[in-house]
Amino acid sequence: MKLEELRKIREKTEKEMFLRDGKARIKVVVGMGTSGIAAGARETLKTLLDEVAKRELKDVIVSQAGERGLSSYEPVVSVFEEGKPTVVYGNVSVDIARKIVAEHVVNGNPVSDNVIEVNS
Amino acid sequence: MSIYRTHILVPVDEGTVQAGVFEVKRKLEQAILQKGLEKEVKVVESGTVGIQDKGVILVVYPERIYYTNVRPGDVTLIVDEHLLKGHIPPGIKHRTLDIQAGMKSLHNTGLTRQQKRVVLDKSWKIAPDNIREVLAAGGYSALEKIFGEKITPEAIIDTVKKSGLRGRGGAGFPTGIKWEATRNAVGDQKYIICNADEGEPGTFKDRLILEGDPHKLIEAMVIAGYAIGATKGFVYIRGEYGLSIERMQKAMDQAREFSLLGANILETGFSFDLEIKKGAGAYICGDETALIESLEGKRGNPRVKPPYPVTNGLWQKPTAVNNVETLANIPQIITQGSEWFHTMGTEMCPGTKVFTILGHIESPGLIEVEMGTPLREIIFSYGGGISGGKKFKAALLGGASGVFLSEKLLDVHMDLESLKENKAVLGSGAVLVMNEEASIPDMLFSILKFYAHESCGQCAPCRVGTHQLLQLAWNVREGKGQVEDIDTMMSLAELMWRSSLCPLGQSVITPVKSAIENFRDEFVLAVSHNQVS
Repeated sequence: MKLEELRKIREKTEKEMFLRDGKARIKVVVGMGTSGIAAGARETLKTLLDEVAKRELKDVIVSQAGERGLSSYEPVVSVFEEGKPTVVYGNVSVDIARKIVAEHVVNGNPVSDNVIEVNS
Repeated sequence: MSIYRTHILVPVDEGTVQAGVFEVKRKLEQAILQKGLEKEVKVVESGTVGIQDKGVILVVYPERIYYTNVRPGDVTLIVDEHLLKGHIPPGIKHRTLDIQAGMKSLHNTGLTRQQKRVVLDKSWKIAPDNIREVLAAGGYSALEKIFGEKITPEAIIDTVKKSGLRGRGGAGFPTGIKWEATRNAVGDQKYIICNADEGEPGTFKDRLILEGDPHKLIEAMVIAGYAIGATKGFVYIRGEYGLSIERMQKAMDQAREFSLLGANILETGFSFDLEIKKGAGAYICGDETALIESLEGKRGNPRVKPPYPVTNGLWQKPTAVNNVETLANIPQIITQGSEWFHTMGTEMCPGTKVFTILGHIESPGLIEVEMGTPLREIIFSYGGGISGGKKFKAALLGGASGVFLSEKLLDVHMDLESLKENKAVLGSGAVLVMNEEASIPDMLFSILKFYAHESCGQCAPCRVGTHQLLQLAWNVREGKGQVEDIDTMMSLAELMWRSSLCPLGQSVITPVKSAIENFRDEFVLAVSHNQVS
């Protein structure tokens, strides 16, 4: 692979990141570092995927990332939405994960009890 | 699980408390119960929403309507009209809250305060096992810049030197100078090693980089290899870091697939490859010469310095050993320039530092802030203060080879120079906080136990000294000692500092001296108290 090809991949993926297949509007990212996993992030991730599948939400991407250092708030889930501030949730249990999908992802109302940060 | 249709936030701060927020809250809860709305409406006490001098405030979600100057008498009206009937009662002042301003203040915890993220900028956003996403987020753009603009190795070293980047593993040696020395050293083969052994108790910063953004490390090591003229690199990862090893391995495979690692990188003619070596759990292998011995397949005994690894490193070839956090700074220094790096931190110590905050603290975790941030801010603002409303007693900076600081030094700035002036060290960036109930002799005893266990036994001062110190510390703790034992501990630690072969034995003095100097009364009390009883 050459430099030019690398640039092309970069540009192409940049567009895709939010609009994978041109459809996604919201991205839900679960922190899956050691602390996150220890606090139950796998279950959280499974629940999010399950909820999204159950509701047949085609415009939602559920993804995973490393952790951010909020050890005492794990599992941590961040919700990225184009044109809106990023909302970070802490202590996301299975129940809260369902709530995030129902209230935030579907209806656009952040679950205020578990918000630990809002990033612009 | 119940889902409330409405949340009412009751911001509690100095202003609203004076205006009688608790009275309003009680009325509100009563009214909600009366109307049977308790399953639909939830009242939440929150932090300030940043609206000043407007009396008691109520914010209603999801509408984001807020009422100002709410008096107990208004509550029934709000509940009847707004919560029950769904329209805003006339005659009561209200506005719509800006979502960002509102949310920001809701549950703002210490750890999420404004930070300066350089090495951990992407770790929580991107999928580490998806190289495309990494690329889209700007990964490997430093490498692209170097090869695209045909930047020479000398120019890279110059940029790193000018940036003033210093080793983040604890010693703070200038990275550019290390690279230059390795480049200038004579040898047919050179190596770059990433020290990811992270054995310092209380430190987990490297783990977050390895788990969250392993590609950043690969990029940095390719750049380092190119700069010093190495074609081979090793990542020495602590064996316990299963997830780090797994993610790093996967990232390396992907990078090879994308021609970002391996032979003929991006068809530029430059070849560089990486290999992972799992550590076996010895603290001493965090020392670069012991790490090199271990990499060579031998027992991890430290070497006598000089010669230094930059000339006689791995298999006696010139080798640069850099810490994970140090390397993670490199890509951004290349893309944004050395001047940008100087906009953060102090003059002698530019850039950021990752701190791990733990112990008796409200919100333990990790932060990345500018070098020179006061310790008080780290503990009380980011860490949220001491847990359980207790008082601060001491902080241990930099893990087992760290320094005990008393309250007197809470305002010290966390950069290498300021700490040195105060006889302290930055070390790995671990900040272990102890409350008023913690016993310093106890703490020192466990540190010495750790040292006695980890001493490799190669040189007598350390092998014998650590065990002698442990015995003395035990005596003091158990009240079987004399006051003189405290002084013996000091002189023994100093003797070890003067005569030990490697940093392990040499660094015992740091915790011993700082504990005894700053908390001598406690040691004396431990000895005498137990003798009386």
